[in-house]
Amino acid sequence: MIGGLFIYNHKGEVLISRVYRDDIGRNAVDAFRVNVIHARQQVRSPVTNIARTSFFHVKRSNIWLAAVTKQNVNAAMVFEFLYKMCDVMTAYFGKISEENIKNNFVLIYELLDEILDFGYPQNSETGALKTFITQQGIKGQHQTKEEQSQITSQVTGQIGWRREGIKYRRNELFLDVLESVNLLMSPQGQVLSAHVSGRVVMKSYLSGMPECKFGMNDKIVIDKQGKGGASDDAGKSSGKQSIAIDDCTFHQCVRLSKFDSERSISFIPPDGEYELMRYRTTKDIILPFRVIPLVREVGRTKLEVKVVIKSNFKPSLLAQKIEVRIPTPLNTSGVQVICMKGKAKYKASENAIVWKIKRMAGMKESQISAEIELLPTNDKKKWARPPISMNFEVPFAPSGLKVRYLKVFESKLNYSDHDVIKWVRYIGRSGIYETRC
Amino acid sequence: MTDSKYFTTTKKGEIFELKAELNSDKKEKKKEAVKKVIASMTVGKDVSALFPDVVNCMQTDNLELKKLVYLYLMNYAKSQPDMAIMAVNTFVKDCEDPNPLIRALAVRTMGCIRVDKITEYLCEPLRKCLKDEDPYVRKTAAVCVAKLHDINAQLVEDQGFLDTLKDLISDSNPMVVANAVAALSEIAESHPNSNLLDLNPQTINKLLTALNECTEWGQIFILDCLANYTPRDDRESQSICERVTPRLSHANSAVVLSAVKVLMKFMEMLPKDLDYYGTLLKKLAPPLVTLLSAEPELQYVALRNINLIVQRRPEILKHEMKVFFVKYNDPIYVKLEKLDIMIRLASQANIAQVLAELKEYATEVDVDFVRKAVRAIGRCAIKVEQSAERCVSTLLDLIQTKVNYVVQEAIVVIKDIFRKYPNKYESVIATLCENLDSLDEPEARAAMIWIVGEYAERIDNADELLESFLEGFHDESTQVQLQLLTAIVKLFLKKPTETQELVQQVLSLATQDSDNPDLRDRGYIYWRLLSTDPVAAKEVVLAEKPLISEETDLIEPTLLEELICHIGTLASVYHKPPSAFVEGSRGVQHKRITGSVGSGESESPDTGSAAGASEAPPAVIPSQGDLLGDLLNLDLTPPATTGPPPPTSGMQMGAMDLLGGGLDSLLGGDLGGSSAMGAGFGAPTPAAMPASFNAPVSGGLDDLFDLGGGVGIPTGVNSAPKTVWLPAMKAKGLEITGTFARRAGIIQMEMTLNNKAMSIMTDFAIQFNRNSFGLAPAGPLQILTPLGPNQSIEVALPLSTVGPVMKMEPLNNLQVAVKNNIDVFYFSCQYPINMLFVEDGKMERQVFLATWKDIPNDNESQFQIKDCHLNSDAASNKLQGSNIFTIAKRTVEGQDMLYQSMKLSNGIWVLAELRVQAGNPNYTVSLKCRAPEVSQCVFQTYEAALKN
Repeated sequence: MIGGLFIYNHKGEVLISRVYRDDIGRNAVDAFRVNVIHARQQVRSPVTNIARTSFFHVKRSNIWLAAVTKQNVNAAMVFEFLYKMCDVMTAYFGKISEENIKNNFVLIYELLDEILDFGYPQNSETGALKTFITQQGIKGQHQTKEEQSQITSQVTGQIGWRREGIKYRRNELFLDVLESVNLLMSPQGQVLSAHVSGRVVMKSYLSGMPECKFGMNDKIVIDKQGKGGASDDAGKSSGKQSIAIDDCTFHQCVRLSKFDSERSISFIPPDGEYELMRYRTTKDIILPFRVIPLVREVGRTKLEVKVVIKSNFKPSLLAQKIEVRIPTPLNTSGVQVICMKGKAKYKASENAIVWKIKRMAGMKESQISAEIELLPTNDKKKWARPPISMNFEVPFAPSGLKVRYLKVFESKLNYSDHDVIKWVRYIGRSGIYETRC
Repeated sequence: MTDSKYFTTTKKGEIFELKAELNSDKKEKKKEAVKKVIASMTVGKDVSALFPDVVNCMQTDNLELKKLVYLYLMNYAKSQPDMAIMAVNTFVKDCEDPNPLIRALAVRTMGCIRVDKITEYLCEPLRKCLKDEDPYVRKTAAVCVAKLHDINAQLVEDQGFLDTLKDLISDSNPMVVANAVAALSEIAESHPNSNLLDLNPQTINKLLTALNECTEWGQIFILDCLANYTPRDDRESQSICERVTPRLSHANSAVVLSAVKVLMKFMEMLPKDLDYYGTLLKKLAPPLVTLLSAEPELQYVALRNINLIVQRRPEILKHEMKVFFVKYNDPIYVKLEKLDIMIRLASQANIAQVLAELKEYATEVDVDFVRKAVRAIGRCAIKVEQSAERCVSTLLDLIQTKVNYVVQEAIVVIKDIFRKYPNKYESVIATLCENLDSLDEPEARAAMIWIVGEYAERIDNADELLESFLEGFHDESTQVQLQLLTAIVKLFLKKPTETQELVQQVLSLATQDSDNPDLRDRGYIYWRLLSTDPVAAKEVVLAEKPLISEETDLIEPTLLEELICHIGTLASVYHKPPSAFVEGSRGVQHKRITGSVGSGESESPDTGSAAGASEAPPAVIPSQGDLLGDLLNLDLTPPATTGPPPPTSGMQMGAMDLLGGGLDSLLGGDLGGSSAMGAGFGAPTPAAMPASFNAPVSGGLDDLFDLGGGVGIPTGVNSAPKTVWLPAMKAKGLEITGTFARRAGIIQMEMTLNNKAMSIMTDFAIQFNRNSFGLAPAGPLQILTPLGPNQSIEVALPLSTVGPVMKMEPLNNLQVAVKNNIDVFYFSCQYPINMLFVEDGKMERQVFLATWKDIPNDNESQFQIKDCHLNSDAASNKLQGSNIFTIAKRTVEGQDMLYQSMKLSNGIWVLAELRVQAGNPNYTVSLKCRAPEVSQCVFQTYEAALKN
């Protein structure tokens, strides 16, 4: 299991050091600093073995988190734990920075004592942790016996992510379907790979221990229902009603065995914001934009670039925050840009022309052309021509996912599904959206 | 809210100040001080001097302060064991606290204090906590048992904590179950044979129930534990699989990977025709793909594991090639791993896409990645024949980029393509030759030289090209030197007229100016080959090469099986068994897949072929050819040894014989000359024969030689009768009797192995200790059939004299070790020194006279041989049988003086004068030798030969 956990700043100074196992000595702290943080080359692996000691590290801005072990631990678990720890710290004191860590080091030690015991990860749900690890350490004394046992049963219990007795005057929930479209397209416009990775994020402000059921236009469910009885012709005629989900994963509150057998998503949600599910689709993706590049080398000292973008969705919808990034060679000496819409700028530090458009409606087209002047070089190696990448945000789900329902049942309290105010929002963003040129 | 200030106190006298603050009356000040202490501890300052003062703060109502003091205790208790005792009372008291959080905190911390005295006090509180009414305390206590076990395993067993821990597996609280499972698994690892984790269908059922209810971490502990279970039949296996599959949808990647591990392992139990088996295979792909959308570090772990899964069950991901395409912003470690998997998944169906991608990658920035991409193109060509042509043209395009490392990498892989598809793509050679100058890496230079040598007849200026490499011969790496030597010899055999000078140059460079034994040996072999028989040389050097295999870097099947059992863990990331990186006994058990169906599949193809090879009579001539072939063939493929690899001395022996003129006959040169016959026949034949035939055949050979010799000179030395070397008493039933003989110039150790035990003996092997004349087995002990009880077998082991030398006492003592499946046995025996007398031991008269005078008289020794009734001619004949040659005979006053010479295998000459007086049965022998130590042994030989 995890033998120790260290946090370093960018210089390699130790900010937090907690050792769980006897086989990890103080020299392990230095070994990692010398061999990884101060290493000259780029990091070639997130797992490093130095003198039979294995180091797992992740970086958050310029802070290094390293877990150390001498045993054959579950590597996936160690990384999941490190991410989880980042989440917990963020939930407690915001951004993970050197200053914040130094300011909260007592709290961090307290957390580390609680969520990792002898190197075994324990309950690390912030919802539960916040009930008894507070920055006012005195709280322990004022708790009643009931409160205490409530805490322990929540931390160890089946529903470790939610405490009992939550009350809201207004029962409300927000569902965000957040998708990122990933695309890799050849210069000729052929789709090399495309997929949507989506998340359903829920903000719940519900009283008691509500039982929820979530439904979407999952092809398997729709088809099953279609077969089961009166077929919903309207649904079929309107075309793309259901979508094929390649795979999905759920927050630990979702009853997985029920999903496996009935494909129904039922759960008791944590209070506040959390990620209900993640999913991935690859079929029938709506690609919101198409990029058509044209790069021409004129002699050895000049490049002509022309890029056309076409929006491909309902004209009534508006895409926002559009940004096209056209890479330029390292030996660029000057760039002249002409664009019809938005603003374009050559950013020498980023080796790219960045073209920004605030808004663009569906079924439109826009174009940029640039002349790039190059310094002559002796470098024999040709310019690698990195792909043109794009960022945008659209108000629909490119996968076609639709939320069909989210039902809330709380039998003990006197509110019903109808009383809950529900909000659903779809946001499609660009993931890695690249066109080779 | 600004604790960071504690990090900045670096004043002098700080410890003193802290001490004062710690002893302050004000609570707030105390707490501040403890915080400062902890901050100093974190950055590595030694604050152990404050131990008593900090411990004094322990008794407090303030939970935060208490936790800080505990943290300090855990760090320094070990260095101050006596003072740590002061804390015990507080711990014991806290374990009784009404607040479960405090009870748990106390028991948790106490387990982390590794001081013997404290652990004694820990037992009672721990026992209570294990049965606490609060689950939070129980789950903490469960882990504490593992902690205690790490400090004092015996104590845990004596106190019966293990049983309590086992009971916790049936606890009502899922988290308690999970922690108990984790603790038990860890303890079980250090007791490999104990039945601690008594996994049976009932406990498995409990675990599977807890799996649905506990935290994500608990699920990992339980799944990892489940993976160690072996289901009793396929039905149980299927039902466990069915209950584990829902975990594949968990958001936590570690849960998913651990579930994959359980499924991969239990799948082996399922019959392949089962519908469920197919369903399961289909269910595995999507979650594995989903892992690739996790954070990069997890992607890396997932990819390393997918690499294993793809090797074990390629069908799972065969349609998912696209997800492994490299993204521009992927970290380099993810890129390299993806590339590996792409090559493994490449097939005719997707090769076009793959090639297009690889070509893109070859223009990227990272050098390692680009190299790997170029290499991958070559591997695709070799794997998918239909794509070879496109691969070659892609590689040529890349060579045109003139990027140094791309060109070099391309040339290395093109060489492989030439090997795989001979006579197909040689048209590109011209392009390759253009880039000769830019090659600066040994591997690329060696590859290019190989190509030039292999296709010398098509390259007009091959001699010039090779000559240009020859200039800096001594600066090249061995790889290049060897390649250059072979290439020039190839060139010479193809164009003998123009390149004679070149070949002589390289041969002398290799044999005379080089310190590298490999290079020198290869040089000598070629030299000899070329000078004796160019036709044979051609057959050997230009022989057809064995094909190269399609898959490279495959993990060896048994290791792969073990790694599959470790999916998700570090072992699967390193692709090494845990024993390779974990110290001590912990976690080094070898896990194996126990499959009913998989066994046929998992059998390595290697063992099959090896078994086949050892069954066939190992004909020496072809295998020598192989050996040569391998020497010549770039050493790309591991040498295809037939049967057990011969010990090094055997190899040397082979080489010696090749040089000693035996080669001609081996390679079918001028077989027939009786002198060559002796030498050429010798070494290989006995080794080649299956052991059971050995004795009679070599007997027959003797006869043959007796006849063929014709002149009446016996070629073989008669051997002494066998004596018992190793009595059965001393060797668990194995009795060895034996003797030595010299037959046709070959020293043989003739043994009878007699099995007097009740069980079968197999796996015989023999080894000699270093000895005075460097005797060593020339080949492995050829006993192919197991030796049953009361069976005996005759073996003749040919010996060489090129083994390591160490002077023994007596000189002709030989220490032998014989191994079989039961044990290793040692014995020693003495060999008659005439075994070492070589056939060409007859000295020229003049030389004899000169040598006799030259050797100082001190070196002369005289012996008497009594009761010998032979005349001088008969004696001379008898001695000649032992390779003691009479050079001259003189008769002085009725006394015959025979002047004789003999030569030992290590080149020592012994000169002798034998005086025989008619009527007198006592002979006198005078021996003169530069190494007088041998005289005694030689005298014994005289006596034995004359009296026999």
